[in-house]
Amino acid sequence: MAESSTAVATGQAVHIHHEELGFWRTYVFSTDHKMIGRQFLFLGLFMMVLGGLLALMLRWQLAWPETQIPGLGWVPEPFMYDGAMGPEFYNAVFTMHATIMIFFVVMPILVGCFGNFLIPLMIGARDMAFPVLNMLSFWVGVVAGVVMLAGFFVPGGHAAGGWTSYAPLTAVPQYTGVNWGQNLWIISLMILGISSLMGSINYITTIINMRAPGMTFFRLPLVIWSLFIVAILLLLALPVLTSALAMLLFDRTLGTSFFLPAGGGEPLLWQHLFWFFGHPEVYILILPAMGVASDILAVFARKPIFGYRAMAFSMIAIAFLSWVVWGHHMFQSGMNPALGTGFMISTMVIAVPSAIKTFNWLGTLWRGSIRFTTPMLNALAFVSMFVIGGLSGIFMASTPVDIFIHDTYYIVAHIHYVVFGGSVFGIFAAISYWFPKMFGRLMNETLGKIHFWLTFVAFNGTFFPMHILGVGGHMRRIYNPLQYEFLKPLQPINVFITISALVLGSAQLILVVNFFWSLFAGKRAERNPWQANTLEWTVPSPPPHGNFETIPVVHGGPYEYSPPGVPADYLPQTQPRVPHLAAAH
Amino acid sequence: MMSWLPENVSTYGGEVDSLFYLIYYITGATFILVTVTLLAFLVLYRRREGRRATYSHGNTTLEIIWTVVPAIILVVLSFMSQASWARIKSHAPPGDVEVQVTSKQFNWEMLYPGPDRKFGTADDLMLENELHVPVGKIVRVYLRSKDVIHSFFLPNLRLKQDSVPGREILAWFEATKPGKYEIPCAELCGFGHSGMKGWLTVHPADEYEKWVKERWPSS
Repeated sequence: MAESSTAVATGQAVHIHHEELGFWRTYVFSTDHKMIGRQFLFLGLFMMVLGGLLALMLRWQLAWPETQIPGLGWVPEPFMYDGAMGPEFYNAVFTMHATIMIFFVVMPILVGCFGNFLIPLMIGARDMAFPVLNMLSFWVGVVAGVVMLAGFFVPGGHAAGGWTSYAPLTAVPQYTGVNWGQNLWIISLMILGISSLMGSINYITTIINMRAPGMTFFRLPLVIWSLFIVAILLLLALPVLTSALAMLLFDRTLGTSFFLPAGGGEPLLWQHLFWFFGHPEVYILILPAMGVASDILAVFARKPIFGYRAMAFSMIAIAFLSWVVWGHHMFQSGMNPALGTGFMISTMVIAVPSAIKTFNWLGTLWRGSIRFTTPMLNALAFVSMFVIGGLSGIFMASTPVDIFIHDTYYIVAHIHYVVFGGSVFGIFAAISYWFPKMFGRLMNETLGKIHFWLTFVAFNGTFFPMHILGVGGHMRRIYNPLQYEFLKPLQPINVFITISALVLGSAQLILVVNFFWSLFAGKRAERNPWQANTLEWTVPSPPPHGNFETIPVVHGGPYEYSPPGVPADYLPQTQPRVPHLAAAH
Repeated sequence: MMSWLPENVSTYGGEVDSLFYLIYYITGATFILVTVTLLAFLVLYRRREGRRATYSHGNTTLEIIWTVVPAIILVVLSFMSQASWARIKSHAPPGDVEVQVTSKQFNWEMLYPGPDRKFGTADDLMLENELHVPVGKIVRVYLRSKDVIHSFFLPNLRLKQDSVPGREILAWFEATKPGKYEIPCAELCGFGHSGMKGWLTVHPADEYEKWVKERWPSS
């Protein structure tokens, strides 16, 4: 039976009005944060399949240049020639692979889905502060997605200037031969920015104003901290991107010269504006996954998170520092090298809070009682793969070393270790952990573990060798490595990477099967299958409208696992403290 | 991994490679330390009957140590990097050979000033995609672009510099060994980006003189 509540969530007595809602208001235009969260998840997972297929097309071309890609003979010219890619289409494919993965997969899933689903539940609220705005943020996101996909079908093809879209290449249609594709790319991201801003407003307001009694900031789970910080980053960064996009669109269509030297404009301005947004953006991609990892590690090590305050403050430090490192993307750009020095120092410094977090994750495992469930395996992979990605960043931070590795596959390796090794394993951990709460059923553990191991091995087989390609000088965004004499000896590595990538892609079918099978036929989940402390595990799986029978009162922190004097090895936040613990938290 | 670095034939390449190796050893050691610790913890502290996890919220001393030590290492790395960065990018030494390289979709135009060593005079010579220099001499490259951003990349010289329309950017190098080296474009510049490349020919001294005489017979 469909119900909605027009309740205002406060700690006092609440009037809940239940009305019968039809199909559309329950499943399509729902204002219930949980349904909107699920909708973002389906959007993101669908786009992940598309983004992944695009990547496999690129890898095929790189391993076996100008050969026919199986199954793609139907794509018309001038995109493909009897299933073989042309260079123009190749450029569009890597542009769209990255654009889709960043804007339509990782952000919708980590921020849109888990932000929406978890925030009210974990803080003890009935819903978000602005439920209608919340519903709009999803549907505006869908409009952005439709506009983005439309770019594949226009004359001239889709945007082909990279997801970074540097001007003047993208400021003048003649330079790429792409016309409406690039315009639609720009417009889509402007629309998506509106969706994200709506979400930010909701998340910030909700977390500040609607925490249940006793839920102080330092009793919030770290995943909520991460989402709060990310919402603020989005709020401040997106206007800069939107402005830059507008300027680019005007250069393309209205004859302005923001980025065109012939008209007095400055090409580097695009890079400064884009990366001023772009660097906080990549921390937006990783911070929620860090929050997820912290929560899951604590639950399955049965231990408090090591250094909770350090963990919260290090995320705040990362957020602050993320505003002053953008120039590290521009070391070789022609920007004054003295600026490069400043950005090198800030970039080296931003590695410190990430190091702090890594050591605290290890500290959480130390002397724990570790259960190797699917969520835990994925969270552990997050930690170790993020370490690799973070360490490779140090090479790029050193400006002289960056002279060599900038725009090579070393960068591509780094990107994928942090965004796939980090954020996507974080996504897999979050899905397997909160699936029971979202859908009322458990995912299959055996399939989950098989998916994990295949993904983990194939992921490393795909992306580790890219470091080697980069050290060899292999440039990124090239269509055919065999056009270069000095790259020919590296070609067997390209073939190995592609084969690993095909295994990696295929392994995701196991997740698809597990997800949909469990959705309909998984074992029914009780309230607290993982014996966890946080508030979402005190309500039914899935929770009803309004989430809580009565708004809970919070007595302690989220990570009270294995506390002395408590027979169980966990102490939910809603339970009063054992006397000798009461003073501490 | 480092064995895949292309042969270094640049006077400042050694500094770049040294930093590369230093960071490789530091990050390699860190990776091994973290991974071994992680795996050890996963084995030692897996769930076992009768053993409860240790209820600990952290350790302030450890927090301080693992904040300060990485910070010191990273700041020291910055200062070590700075000298080479300034030398390569900010303080181009006076050169023996000067060439103006203009990038365009999808070629490098090399403009040689000729024996009068002035650009814009009658003895200027433009060659597409061919950069000829003598070994052991400082070469100053004035980078320009006619259309979009390209990037002048000489892997064996450890040199990369974007060329930006509307600007002239000075880069320099000194080759230590004769040979032929590809000059790929390293910034996406359109559908012809892949395959956009020139050739750097580093001539031994006598062969360079011969090349000059062939190009400018009256000199």
